[in-house]
Amino acid sequence: MTASTIGAPAGPPDPAGPGGGGPPVGMRDGRARQVSRMLDRHPRARLFGVLTWPTVWLLLIYVGSLVALFVTSFYRLNEDGTGIVKELGVSNYRQLIDTDTYRTIALRTLWIAVLVTVIDVALALPIAYYIAKVAKPRWRPLLAAAVLVPLWGSYLVKAFAWRAILGDPGGVLAETVGTSPGYGLTGVVVVLAYLWLPYMILPIYAGLERLPDSLLDASGDLGAGFVRTLRSVVIPVLVPSIVAGAVFTFSLSLGDYIAVQLVGGPTQTIGSVVYANFTADLPFAAAYAVVPVVIMVVFLLGIRRTGALDNL
Amino acid sequence: MSSVPAGVRWGLRAYAWLVLGLLYAPLLVVAVFSFNTGTSLAWPPKGFTGSWWAEAVHNDGAREALLVSLRTAALATLVALVLGTCAAFAIQRFRFFGREPLSLMLVLPIALPGIVTGIALNAGLQRAGIQLGILTLVVAHATFCIVVVFNNVVARLRRMSPNLEEASADLGAHRGQTFLYVTFPLMRSALVAGGLLALGLSFDEIVVTTFTAPAGSETLPQWILNNLNRGEQQPIVNVVATAVMLLSVIPVWLAQRLTGGSGGLTGRSR
Repeated sequence: MTASTIGAPAGPPDPAGPGGGGPPVGMRDGRARQVSRMLDRHPRARLFGVLTWPTVWLLLIYVGSLVALFVTSFYRLNEDGTGIVKELGVSNYRQLIDTDTYRTIALRTLWIAVLVTVIDVALALPIAYYIAKVAKPRWRPLLAAAVLVPLWGSYLVKAFAWRAILGDPGGVLAETVGTSPGYGLTGVVVVLAYLWLPYMILPIYAGLERLPDSLLDASGDLGAGFVRTLRSVVIPVLVPSIVAGAVFTFSLSLGDYIAVQLVGGPTQTIGSVVYANFTADLPFAAAYAVVPVVIMVVFLLGIRRTGALDNL
Repeated sequence: MSSVPAGVRWGLRAYAWLVLGLLYAPLLVVAVFSFNTGTSLAWPPKGFTGSWWAEAVHNDGAREALLVSLRTAALATLVALVLGTCAAFAIQRFRFFGREPLSLMLVLPIALPGIVTGIALNAGLQRAGIQLGILTLVVAHATFCIVVVFNNVVARLRRMSPNLEEASADLGAHRGQTFLYVTFPLMRSALVAGGLLALGLSFDEIVVTTFTAPAGSETLPQWILNNLNRGEQQPIVNVVATAVMLLSVIPVWLAQRLTGGSGGLTGRSR
C-alpha cells in the first residue's frame, strides 16, 4: 500500500502505480526508495539537504555583503574624488570622530532611537495587555491580526501619509486640531514611533499570552492589588518580550532615512547622511553605516542574557 | 480576569481602540486624498473625484513600475519560499552546530536597518563585479523575505504531529511520497501565508530597493518617491500610494486569516 491512500487529496498518481500488484517496481520508484533509505540511515544527509541552501545563500550574499561593507569602509576616495583607492586605512573613521557635525548627528540618531523605543514600550504595554488579558477571548486573534497587518506592508505609504498629516500649514493636524509639530525632529520621532509600534506590541502580546492567568490569580489571592501584580509579576515576565521589541524599534530607528526625508525637514540622521554620501563617497558612507551596526552588535550582546533573542 | 478593576478595564478598552484607530488613520488619509479634486496635499479635500484613478491607470511610468514591482515580488517570493522552508526544516527538525547563529542570520536582514542591508548588498555586488539589474533586485528582496516564510513554516512544523509522517512511513511510503502526500498538504496554508507576507513585504520595500535596483527601471515605491516633489504628479502619486497600500495590506490580511494569526513576527514566540 502506498502513502497516496492516507487521506491525501487526489494527487498525481504514484509513478510506480499503486502497490498490491505484482513485483515489477518502476525504476523511478526504485531510485526514490533507494534515496529514501539512504536518508533514513543518514540523518546528517537529511540535514545537509535542507541546511545547505539557506546557509549558503545567507552567508554568501548577506554576510558576504556585510563583510564587503566593512572592508569598503576602510578604503578612501582618491585625490580628485573620481575613484576609490583600495588601500586599508582609517581616514573615514578619523573624519567621523573628528568632525563635530557627524558626532552630533550620530548622537542625535541614537537619542531618536532611544526616545522612539521608550515611547513604543509605553504605548504598547497597555494595548498588548488589553488584547491578551482583558478583551474577550474570541476577539483576541482578530485584534492581534489588526495590529499585525500594518506591520508587513505599506511602510513607505505610511511615512508618506504622515507628510500629509504633519504639514503646517495645510496638514490634517494643523487644519483640524489647530496645531502640528510640522516637519522636523519631533515629526521624525512621532512618525518612527508610529511606524515601529506593531513591532513592539506583538512580542509583548505573545509574552502576555504565555503568562498563565493562574499566576495573576495567585498574586491576587496573596493580597496583591492590580498595580502590585503588574509590577511584581507581569512586568518582570515581560522583560524578554520588551527587549525583543526594542531590538526592532531601536535598530530600525537608527538607520531610517525615508521618514527623515519625508517629514524631517532639515533634520539629519545617520541614515540620511549615509544616503547623501552613497554615490559620491561610498567608503565614507560605508563607514558611517558601520556605526549603527556596531551599536546594534553591542546592543545584541548586551541583551543575550535576557533571552530576548529567542523572542525575535 | 477578575482582578482588573472595572475602571482600568474600561480605560484599557478605550485606549486599545484609540491606538488601533491611530494605526489605520494615516492609511485612510492617503486613500481619501486619492479621491481629492484638489491637486495638493492640503486638508480638507476639496471634493470627490475618481478621475485620478482613471488617469493613473493610463500613466505609463506608473504602469511600468507596477510591472517591475510585481515581477520582483513574485520572483523574490519564490526564492524565499524554497529557502525559508529549507531553513525551517533544518532548524525545527535538527539540532546542529551553528543552529542559533543561523536563526539570527535569518532575522538580521529585517532586524538591521534597511540602509545597512542596502548599502552592504551594493558594496558586495560592486566587489563581486556584478552589475545592478532586475536579478540583483530579486536577490536582495528574497534575502529579507526568507524570514517571513521561515517564521510561518516553523510555526506550522512545531504544531504538526510527527505521528502522521511516521504512519506514512510505516505504511510503506518512501520519503518523497510522505512529503508529497502528507507533509506538504499539512503545511500548504502556512506556505501560502508566508508567501503572501513576502509578497506584501517586497511590494512595499523602498530602502534596500534604492541600493540594489538597476538605473533604468523603477519599482512602484521608487516611482512614488521620484515623483513626490513634482507638483503636477501629486494626485497620481496619491493614487499609486493607495494602490501600493492595498496591494501590500490585502495579502497580509489574507495571510492572517489563513493562519489564524499564528505566523508572522509572533510565529517563533509561541
